[in-house]
Amino acid sequence: MSFASWHDFLYMGGHYLYVWSSYGIGVLGIAVTLIRTLRARRRFFMEQGQRLRRQSISAEAADAPRSA
Amino acid sequence: MQAAFVFVRTPSAGRAFTAQVQRDLTIAFRSRSELINPLMFYVMGIAMFPLGVGPGPERLAEIAPGVLWVLALLSTLLSLDSLFRRDFDDGTLEQMVLNVDPLFVGVLAKVFAHWLVIGLPLALLSPIAALMLFLPAAAIPTLVLTLLLGTPILSLLGAVGAALTVSLKRGGLLLTLIILPLYVPILILGAGAVTAAINGVDPAAQLAWLAAMLALALTLTPFASALALRVGLE
Amino acid sequence: MGRLKTLWHRLGSPRWFFEISGPWAIGALVVGLVCIAVGLVWGLAIAPPDYLQGNSFRIMYLHVPAAILSESCYILMGLAGAVLLIWRMKLADMVVAAAAPIGVVFCVIALLTGSIWGRPTWGTWWVWDARTTSMLVLLFLYFGVMALRQAFPREETAGRAAAILAVVGMIDIPIIKYSVDWWLTLHQTSTFKLTSAPSMPPQMYLPLLISVLGFYVFFFGVLLFGVGNEILRREQRTQWVNDLVRSRAS
Repeated sequence: MSFASWHDFLYMGGHYLYVWSSYGIGVLGIAVTLIRTLRARRRFFMEQGQRLRRQSISAEAADAPRSA
Repeated sequence: MQAAFVFVRTPSAGRAFTAQVQRDLTIAFRSRSELINPLMFYVMGIAMFPLGVGPGPERLAEIAPGVLWVLALLSTLLSLDSLFRRDFDDGTLEQMVLNVDPLFVGVLAKVFAHWLVIGLPLALLSPIAALMLFLPAAAIPTLVLTLLLGTPILSLLGAVGAALTVSLKRGGLLLTLIILPLYVPILILGAGAVTAAINGVDPAAQLAWLAAMLALALTLTPFASALALRVGLE
Repeated sequence: MGRLKTLWHRLGSPRWFFEISGPWAIGALVVGLVCIAVGLVWGLAIAPPDYLQGNSFRIMYLHVPAAILSESCYILMGLAGAVLLIWRMKLADMVVAAAAPIGVVFCVIALLTGSIWGRPTWGTWWVWDARTTSMLVLLFLYFGVMALRQAFPREETAGRAAAILAVVGMIDIPIIKYSVDWWLTLHQTSTFKLTSAPSMPPQMYLPLLISVLGFYVFFFGVLLFGVGNEILRREQRTQWVNDLVRSRAS
């Protein structure tokens, strides 16, 4: 630990603005990259699931006997 | 009325090359006024700088190498769109892709003709532009030399972009965006050579590098352009 | 040699790649994130402050990996583009498509953190030093590839056109870097080095290595996952994908 206290850590020797904004940008960038790709996968499955359900519903409707 | 596309599967690449160059030059010289346009753009663009920055000779002379080179870049870029587009519009480009074998000969011919009509005059016109920006007379031969070496590289590299974007409607702007980053080394070396000449330093190193890049561009880019043409015309 | 050839042929099958890459992607994501966390915390809290720059040098633990990764990513894109053009392997096109957005993000991180780092060190928000300038040009190159991809209505043409540009850009990158380096020495701005890697004590150097490693592994994971997304999207009408969707929905 090269900082004496939490306060010193946050203060970063006066450079807190630069260090923390940089780290914020970096972490945000990593998070955005990760979340975008995960969400794309989830969205794909949701949309395709809906599409398949709609297909099977219309297929059932086509097969169903007409009411007499 | 366009010159008809004259030859099919000629066995001699050299003859194919010359025929293509002749054809392109003939077409280019038909509309003389269009020939002047890129050169006028160059001069006009240069003239903007004293108007924008102030007429003081010291400052203009300081920025002259960069400005002269950047404007050369822009003029080339703006004129690149016409490299393939006219032929694309009237169908002769497809003819060339189908008939000229190997295709890179035809591409090289077109780029050469384009350079003869645009790049070469630009390089020869540059002393006048240099005078407008008070470039020291000692540096002017270097300027012309760097442009003579550099504009072919610009045309060769730019042809790849022109080929990629030939079928796109707004191809012109996209072409500028994709090619400009690739031009950075040429700009740095060219302007750097002129700056060296101003300071009395021998620009041999930069010129050698430019020559090397020209050799590289001559050997590699025609293949890339030919492939890009095939892809662009799909 | 035979096993390599089998592997090469298998790569032609998107389905095989999807099934193989799944666990690797997740594993790489986890390991990568852990390494990044370790590297960043170590660099933030444990490494001693720099003699000259004080605590702002800690930005290095983000800036340097992001910069390295954005360059490696472009080279990967160029290589994948070459594979696409030479062997027409669809997977290569998917790699290009998946890698580009990741590379752009890292490039932007590198540029922003580099700029912020410059402020306390040299007093300006932007400085034309070798790394920031070539990073900026790299960003333009990325932009070009992505813009070209978007411009074509046909997916196959778009992929091949973007691949050509990526290959040309990849070949140009060393030339650009060399000329930018040279341009700086010419203009006599002192050779700023944001990192003086060899003269860094190990307590500073090690977390940097871990961070870079973490970024690489994380990138690998996101790339595999993104390629998987591309595969799913392109194969969405096939039986195996439909089966997969159904099994997930239930």
